[in-house]
Amino acid sequence: MDLVNIFIKSVFIDNMIFAYFLGMCSYLAVSKTVDTAVGLGAAVIFVLGITVPINYLLENHILKEGALTWISDDLANTDLSFLSFIMFIAVIASMVQLVEMIVEKLSPSLYGALGIFLPLIAVNCSILGGALFMQERQYSSMAEATAFALGSGVGWFLAIVAIAAIREKIRYSHVPAPLRGLGITFIITGLMGIAFMSFMGIQL
Amino acid sequence: MESKKESLFSKKNRKLLTDPLDDVNPISIQVLGICSALAITVQVEQAFVMSLSVLAVMFFGNIIISALRNLIPSRIRIIVELVVVAALVILVNEILKAFLPDVSEKLSVFVGLIITNCIIMGRLEAFALGNKIWPSILDAIGNAMGYAWILILVAFVRELFGSGKIWGFQVFPEKFYELGYMNNNIMILPPMALITVALIIWVQRSRNKKLIEEN
Repeated sequence: MDLVNIFIKSVFIDNMIFAYFLGMCSYLAVSKTVDTAVGLGAAVIFVLGITVPINYLLENHILKEGALTWISDDLANTDLSFLSFIMFIAVIASMVQLVEMIVEKLSPSLYGALGIFLPLIAVNCSILGGALFMQERQYSSMAEATAFALGSGVGWFLAIVAIAAIREKIRYSHVPAPLRGLGITFIITGLMGIAFMSFMGIQL
Repeated sequence: MESKKESLFSKKNRKLLTDPLDDVNPISIQVLGICSALAITVQVEQAFVMSLSVLAVMFFGNIIISALRNLIPSRIRIIVELVVVAALVILVNEILKAFLPDVSEKLSVFVGLIITNCIIMGRLEAFALGNKIWPSILDAIGNAMGYAWILILVAFVRELFGSGKIWGFQVFPEKFYELGYMNNNIMILPPMALITVALIIWVQRSRNKKLIEEN
């Protein structure tokens, strides 16, 4: 039950886009049509679902204070958490590369759909943000961290598909010239964020 | 001496410094680095510290990558850039934790997220890899300033109307509140950051018509 709660919470209440603005760059750049938005959203779910559990293992068995006791008891006071940024980003960059190669070998059709987006994802803030929130919130088990990762990914997916659908429609509306493109997208995202805030009161 | 200085700030070099402030502003025109820009603009102090951190990382990152530009194999350049930026961000984070613990607490994960801030990666990729050190320094300062003024302006508006303060000092006197003035709490909530930036874009593009997008 706890896992479902974490999942729902990270999809709606702590939505990556509307509550924390993570991954805004690709959210704004790749949301012109629904098809590409679906591709990028799926790739984000995929990569978050892989990297956050790996970073969780790293965090709890290598980086955290006292995490190295499995090597020797002398290391109980070693705190390597200052290295976490560089470790996390290295894991993300290499996993993205690896995933790209595996997908290319195993499923060329999936690669055709996700291929161009995978390299973009290494520098998508929501992936590193997922790892850093995982570290800050101290999830107690790997299953919880995975539920959080998948939930955040799904939340991001929902957000980008929704904005892409709205942008496809808004192309036919009469928007004031200086607001066209970027400006109106910002305002719509803001309004969607206000709508998503209504989930805040939910007690899970 | 004087003539050397002149060439350092030649017209082309000055353009590197001033263009990112308006015509190719990283936030409002190139749409880079939005992620961190919006989340930490609740107070001017946070926005200021964040801009300084970005300036520091971009400054040293541009110098290092520009100095190494002929040594980095192009196939692994993204990883090299990420490692350089990550190392600089770790330094910034440790310095903030040591000297400004309360601001560092509020910025939480967003200091770490400077690593994936698209402005920094974008400038390293597009500029520092192909230019000498001095233009790269100017480019870093120009872009960091372009980022900073939007950030601080958004934070100024949000803090002023959201909590009636600027940099933590009360601006609206008690009298106002007695007469029925109330802080607009919605300004503190995340969605208003987006709408404030949209208003800045609106003003900027109606002033500078050539920036208007087709659709």
